[in-house]
Amino acid sequence: MTNEFHDVFTVGIGGAAGDGVREAGQSLGTLLSDLGFEVYISFTYPSLIRGGHNFSRISFSKEKVWCDHGKLDVLIALDEQTIILHKDELNPDAVVLADSFEADDISRLGANAVVVPMSSSSKVLEAPPITRNSVALGATCYLLDLHFPQMQDVLRQVFRERRLEVNIRLADIGFEHMQKLNFRHSRNLTPGQHTKDLVDGNMAFGKGLEAAGLNFYIAYPMTPATGILHYLALKQKDSGVRVIQPESELTVINMALGVAYAGKRVAIGSATGGFALMQEALSFSGIAEIPLVVAISQRQGPATGVPTYSSQSDLRMVIHSGHGEFPRIVIAPGDADESFTAGVDALNLAWRYQMPVLVLLDKLLSEHSVTMQIPTGVPIDRGLMAENVSEQYGRFAITGDGISPMAFPGTSNAVVKTTSYEHDENGITAEEALPVKAMIDKRFVKTETLLKELDRRETIKVYGDKESKNVIVFWGSTKGAMLEAAKYFTKPVKLVQILWVEPFDSKRVTEELKGAERIINVECNHDGQMASLLREKTGIVVTQSILKYDSRPLEPMELAAQINSIING
Amino acid sequence: MAINLTTTSKITWCPGCPNSQILVSLRQVLQTMVAENKLRIEDVVMSAGIGCHGKITDYINMNSFTGLHGRVIPAMTGIKCANPKLTVIGSCGDGDAFSEGLEHLVHAARRNSDIKVFVHDNQLFALTTGQASSRSPKGFKGKSTPFGSIEEPFDPILTMLSVGATFVARTYAGDMKGTERVIRAAIEHKGFSFVDIIQPCITFFDTRDFLKERMYWIDEKESTGDLKKAIEIVTSVTDKIPLGIFLNTTKVTFEEQLHNL
Repeated sequence: MTNEFHDVFTVGIGGAAGDGVREAGQSLGTLLSDLGFEVYISFTYPSLIRGGHNFSRISFSKEKVWCDHGKLDVLIALDEQTIILHKDELNPDAVVLADSFEADDISRLGANAVVVPMSSSSKVLEAPPITRNSVALGATCYLLDLHFPQMQDVLRQVFRERRLEVNIRLADIGFEHMQKLNFRHSRNLTPGQHTKDLVDGNMAFGKGLEAAGLNFYIAYPMTPATGILHYLALKQKDSGVRVIQPESELTVINMALGVAYAGKRVAIGSATGGFALMQEALSFSGIAEIPLVVAISQRQGPATGVPTYSSQSDLRMVIHSGHGEFPRIVIAPGDADESFTAGVDALNLAWRYQMPVLVLLDKLLSEHSVTMQIPTGVPIDRGLMAENVSEQYGRFAITGDGISPMAFPGTSNAVVKTTSYEHDENGITAEEALPVKAMIDKRFVKTETLLKELDRRETIKVYGDKESKNVIVFWGSTKGAMLEAAKYFTKPVKLVQILWVEPFDSKRVTEELKGAERIINVECNHDGQMASLLREKTGIVVTQSILKYDSRPLEPMELAAQINSIING
Repeated sequence: MAINLTTTSKITWCPGCPNSQILVSLRQVLQTMVAENKLRIEDVVMSAGIGCHGKITDYINMNSFTGLHGRVIPAMTGIKCANPKLTVIGSCGDGDAFSEGLEHLVHAARRNSDIKVFVHDNQLFALTTGQASSRSPKGFKGKSTPFGSIEEPFDPILTMLSVGATFVARTYAGDMKGTERVIRAAIEHKGFSFVDIIQPCITFFDTRDFLKERMYWIDEKESTGDLKKAIEIVTSVTDKIPLGIFLNTTKVTFEEQLHNL
């Protein structure tokens, strides 16, 4: 089965780390989205700075592309290793562009092995080797009949002053080379109607935070969450957000608690390993009801694990994170659109309910780029503020819905006391049984209030044939592979995505699953963590699980084949 | 009218504990500064970590942030970043400034965060009933070191001077006038202030007699603007314990730079 049926076209660009593989992929992706295509870009790389093998895969179509496609229609090889590693992924009519070919590759590929003078052109212009991917981009424009002047505009955006002229010249050389050969790919490509932004999940999440009035972002670098830090750091001058990168994750979260105590909206982010270091302070945000947003991007663990590859193995760790018992919200978006929404919702909910809100991302979601429409004019909820503060103000006043009015230091008459100890309504240490229990009950009343919130929120999403008795359950970035695979299912299937993992929307999930004859759970971990959570929260036992835990993403065509064999079995 | 900084919380420090002297000195400085219109009390945040010292926030009627053991310094920087108009002061123990979380003290000093850190330095873990801390002298016998500590003690003053703190001082809790003067100077300093307050633990490690013979106030005219001189003062004596303001210099603060990008 090829991906031809749904007209998804895939270009792969491979080279060593330092060859500009990611940047070339982004440039091509930007051009395609500017032309109105829907685009999905994956980027695969080992944890090193130079050498190794980096690979960008740009899948595009006139309809939404949910995920990476495994089969390639064009392969741009910036080094010989790229051909060796990817020659088995080529569609039958695939075209390969390279500086040179081995004899047996030429005999296999025939006329579709196209020599493009990438390195030699860079050398002639005395430009550094990395510029050779501009030759490749020019050649690709001719090959795919893409509007070349618009490619030049994209390059102008990318390079601005730095080596702009030479990159434009090299793109010309690539384009003219293919023009002389008069070589075009046999498939015709039609773009969609609308141009969109090309963003990865980290950037979308950062944009969501900004839209919801973020004041501070604090983080220590750790793949795959670092993109949020980079994005917001660059935006500081425009948006007024302030970004701090302190000495450790412990500092990150404790500093953030200080920021929120003083009344400013703050988010922090890390991979789950970094989040593991933050546990004691997360628990502090729980007991002291400090509004805090934490982005946690999963990668393959345990420990340092496989740092630049993907996983969904931290669901259980995150919903149970922090010692002691305290309410929290955990949202697991499945794509860039949902990451944006999660950024907005997380900040608003943290301030409305005065509790930690955790957003569970992963490497695929964080680092893969996709076309999306960035929403504007999102609502900002600043939470319940104390009015007409008197000397009797108590930061932890017991109220009917568990939410105490907030005042911040600097408010006349108010003494604002916050503490990691259990405390009374005024924030003074409490160790007697009655006030201890009263304050725990007060915090958990907020969970009751929050359960009403669930009815107003998209806690789950249902796709496909809503009447089908074959149901697939999934969460997080598995959405991409699943919805792409669903284009190729041979029988109607109902698809249920779980977005809110804490509090778990048992009512709605049960409604969607109760009539099913077969429930297939799909997730990227060893233990089947969602299957066990589902059983814990609803009593529903899945019929079977498809689990992938080799740190590599689900491939939609393979997944479609697996599911077809189950539903037809 | 003098502001009321007392609370109804019962003081649970051991009777005679020098922590009470630090509390009274601190209240006195704040009351004086408020009376002189140098501060509005609502614009001050008192912070603390966890240990005997950490109870101080329950005993002082003002904004307060009682953090985690060893982790209050980052929170203090966070408070100052969020609202630079606030005066952010705080107590730590030697356990939660020099043992757990030492990196926070070093980095806050290095970045010249505009916060004021007062260490209640009793040279052991007292609230956990008497174990060696990184400040206990070599040979210290506590419950976790029954045969004597085998570690050299940490030198906070020399460390703070060498990592870029702009205000470095030491005082003795029992000398309340001296402590008030140093705390006030620390609060008035713009930038990172570090004050090591020697606070003998009268229950587990009573060093009062030992200290009395060895402590002396330095001549601050010689020292306060000059890092080399400050280092010379604190390293030239081994059998004595110098008190006073060793360094008081000005440098742009972290928070000023953060908000002036």
